[in-house]
Amino acid sequence: MNSTESTRAAAGADDTLLSVENLSVHFPVTSGVVMRKQVGSVKAVDGVSFTLARGETLGLVGESGCGKSTTGLAVIRMLQPTGGRIVFEGEDIAGHDANRMRRLRRRMQMVYQDPYGSLNPRMRVRDIVGEPLVIHGLDTDRDAYRARVAALLAMVGLLPDMAERYPHEFSGGQRQRIGIARALALEPSLIVCDEPVSALDVSIQAQVVNLFVELQKRMGLSYIFIAHDLAVVRHVSDRIAVMYLGRIVEIATRDDLYRNPLHPYTQALMSAVPVADPEVEARRVRMVVTGEVPSALNPPSGCRFHPRCPHATDVCKRVDPVLAGQGGVRAVACHLHPAERG
Amino acid sequence: MGAPLLQVRGLTTRFRTERGEVTAVDQVSFEADEGETVAIVGESGSGKSVTALSLLRLIPTPPGRIESGEVLFEGRNLLDLDDAGIRAIRGDKIAMIFQEPMSSLNPALTIGMQVAEPVRVHRGSPWREALERARELLERARIPDAGSRLTAYPHQFSGGMRQRVMIAMALACKPRLIIADEPTTALDVTVQAQILDLLKELTVESRSALILITHDLGVVARYADRVIVMYGGRVVETAPARRLYAHPSHPYTRGLLASVPRVDGDASVPLVPIEGQPPDLSALPPGCAFAPRCRWASERCRSERPELLPVADRHLKACFADELD
Repeated sequence: MNSTESTRAAAGADDTLLSVENLSVHFPVTSGVVMRKQVGSVKAVDGVSFTLARGETLGLVGESGCGKSTTGLAVIRMLQPTGGRIVFEGEDIAGHDANRMRRLRRRMQMVYQDPYGSLNPRMRVRDIVGEPLVIHGLDTDRDAYRARVAALLAMVGLLPDMAERYPHEFSGGQRQRIGIARALALEPSLIVCDEPVSALDVSIQAQVVNLFVELQKRMGLSYIFIAHDLAVVRHVSDRIAVMYLGRIVEIATRDDLYRNPLHPYTQALMSAVPVADPEVEARRVRMVVTGEVPSALNPPSGCRFHPRCPHATDVCKRVDPVLAGQGGVRAVACHLHPAERG
Repeated sequence: MGAPLLQVRGLTTRFRTERGEVTAVDQVSFEADEGETVAIVGESGSGKSVTALSLLRLIPTPPGRIESGEVLFEGRNLLDLDDAGIRAIRGDKIAMIFQEPMSSLNPALTIGMQVAEPVRVHRGSPWREALERARELLERARIPDAGSRLTAYPHQFSGGMRQRVMIAMALACKPRLIIADEPTTALDVTVQAQILDLLKELTVESRSALILITHDLGVVARYADRVIVMYGGRVVETAPARRLYAHPSHPYTRGLLASVPRVDGDASVPLVPIEGQPPDLSALPPGCAFAPRCRWASERCRSERPELLPVADRHLKACFADELD
C-alpha cells in the first residue's frame, strides 16, 4: 500500500473536504389511512462512513436499493439524515437548519441523471445556468452576469450563443453539459453526480466522463460519483465504495478494487459487467450470483449478502460483519476477510 | 443446409413526423441462421428497434410505413402476408421480448393466464392443458415454486422475475426465432447477467435463432455470434463477433469500441469519445451519415452514400476509406 495515499486518506488530514461518519437515513413505513402509525422503517442508508479529500473522486457503486443515491442526497442535505455526522469543510452539517444550509449550498452542488427531467423546458439555457447566481444575489451587474454564463457554457464545451436556446433544442449529451454548467456556476468544492452518464449513448457518455475529469483537474473539484456501472466509475474515481442494502461492503482505491476485489458481492458485480471483447469474455472466469436484491424493509440476518453468496457459512447467517481495514485505505465487510492484525 | 432461417433484404421503414418524412430504417439487409445469436447494435436513433419491430410488422401505421424490402422467414415473405397470416406467426414461430417487462405484461391478468395465452391461441389447447404447459415454461425460466406462482399478478414479481415470465411466454410455442429488444436494460447488472445467460442457454438448447437488439457492446461480446452495427438507420458494418472486435473496419465501430469503459485492462488510458452529436434523422447529410463525426471523411463521403461491401469473409462495411490508421 502506498504510504502517502494512506496518510492522505486518514481522517483529519488537512485536505479532507468531507468526512461522513456512521450516516443513516431511515424512512418510516406507515400503515392505516385515518390512524396512521409507523409499522417499520426502511433503512435506506444504515451506518455509512467515508472520507473525501479535496480534488478526489469517490465512486459510489451498487444496484438499485443499495442506498447510493440516498447517501448522496443526505450528504448535501437534500434529505434529512436520521443519524451520524457529516463534516464538510470542518463543520458538522448533519443538524443544520435550512437557513444555515443556504450559505453552504454554494459549496456543494448536484448533477442529476435525467438530462430531460432536470432542466425546466420553459427556461432559456441562460436562465437555467444563471439561476444559481440569481438565487444567491450574484447577478447585480448584467454584463458580468452574461459574461459569466458565457464562460460557464464555454467551460463545458458549449457555444456562447446557445444561451438563447431552450432545452428541447439540445441532445441528451448537450443537456447534461448544461446541467454541469449550472452546477459549476457557484464554484462549488463538492459536486454529487447521481448517475450522470447513465442515460447517454456510449459515444456521448465518454465525452461527458472526460469532461468531468478535465473540470476536476482545472478547478480542483471533489466528486461523489454515483453509478450502477462499475466500468464507468473506474474511469473517473480515485477510490470506490461498493454498497449493498444500505451498507458499504468494500472500499478501496481504484486499482486495488479492480485488480483484486475481495468482497464476494464486488466480485459478482465485476463479473456481471461484460467486457467488450469476445476473446476476453470466452476466457473469463465468472462468478454468478443467484436471486435478486432483497427488500430493504426486511434485510437478511447477519451479513445482508449471505442469501446470494456462494461462500456463505453459518457465521454469515448470524453475525453482521463490520467494515474492517485490510491495511491502508482498504476495508471489507466480510467474514472471509477478517481485519489485518497489528 | 439450404437458405438461412431469416433473410432480410433492403428493408426500409419510414415515419411521417412534424419535421417531415424520416427514414428510420434504410435498406437494411441481414441474415440469421438457426441456433445463431445475431446482435444488432447501435445508439438511440440508429434504427435498431424499428428494424426489430418491422420484422414482425409491429410498426404503428400511420405514422410509420414499411416502404420496401423483403423479410423471408422459412421461405415466405412476411411483408406479403395478410393480417391473419402475420398474427399466426407472431408469438408462435417468431416471438418477441421487449425492454419493459412491466408494461408488456397485463397487470389485471394472472401470470399463468398470460403465459398460457399463446398456447391457447396458437395450439388451441384447453385452459387446463395450457396452464400445465405454462407451469413447465415458468420452471424452464427458473422461476422458483412455479406452480404456485401461476395465480400471482405481475406486480407481485420483481423486475428480473417479470423478465423471466416474458421469456417463458416467448418460449411457449417453441419459436424458431426470438427477437429480444434491449431485454435487460431496465434490470440491475447481476440480474441482467442471469437473464441473458438464461435466454442464451434456452435458445441454444432449442436451436432457435436469437436476434438481440442492444446498445451494450459488452453484452454483444459475451453473447453474440454475429454483429450488425447500425448508424443513422443504416447498417455500417457486419461481421462474425470475434472478427468485428479484432478488426473493426468502419470508423464508427472503431470509435464505439474506443469509447466503451471496461472493467479490465489499464484504467489510466482515457476513454476516446466520438466527437460531435448523433445524427438527426430528419436532416441526414446526403452522403455517409457518420461523415460529420468521422476523421477519415473525404469530399466523396459527404456527397455519396457508401454501399455495404465485403472486406473479408462474411465481413462487410459501408465506408469509402480503405485503410484506417
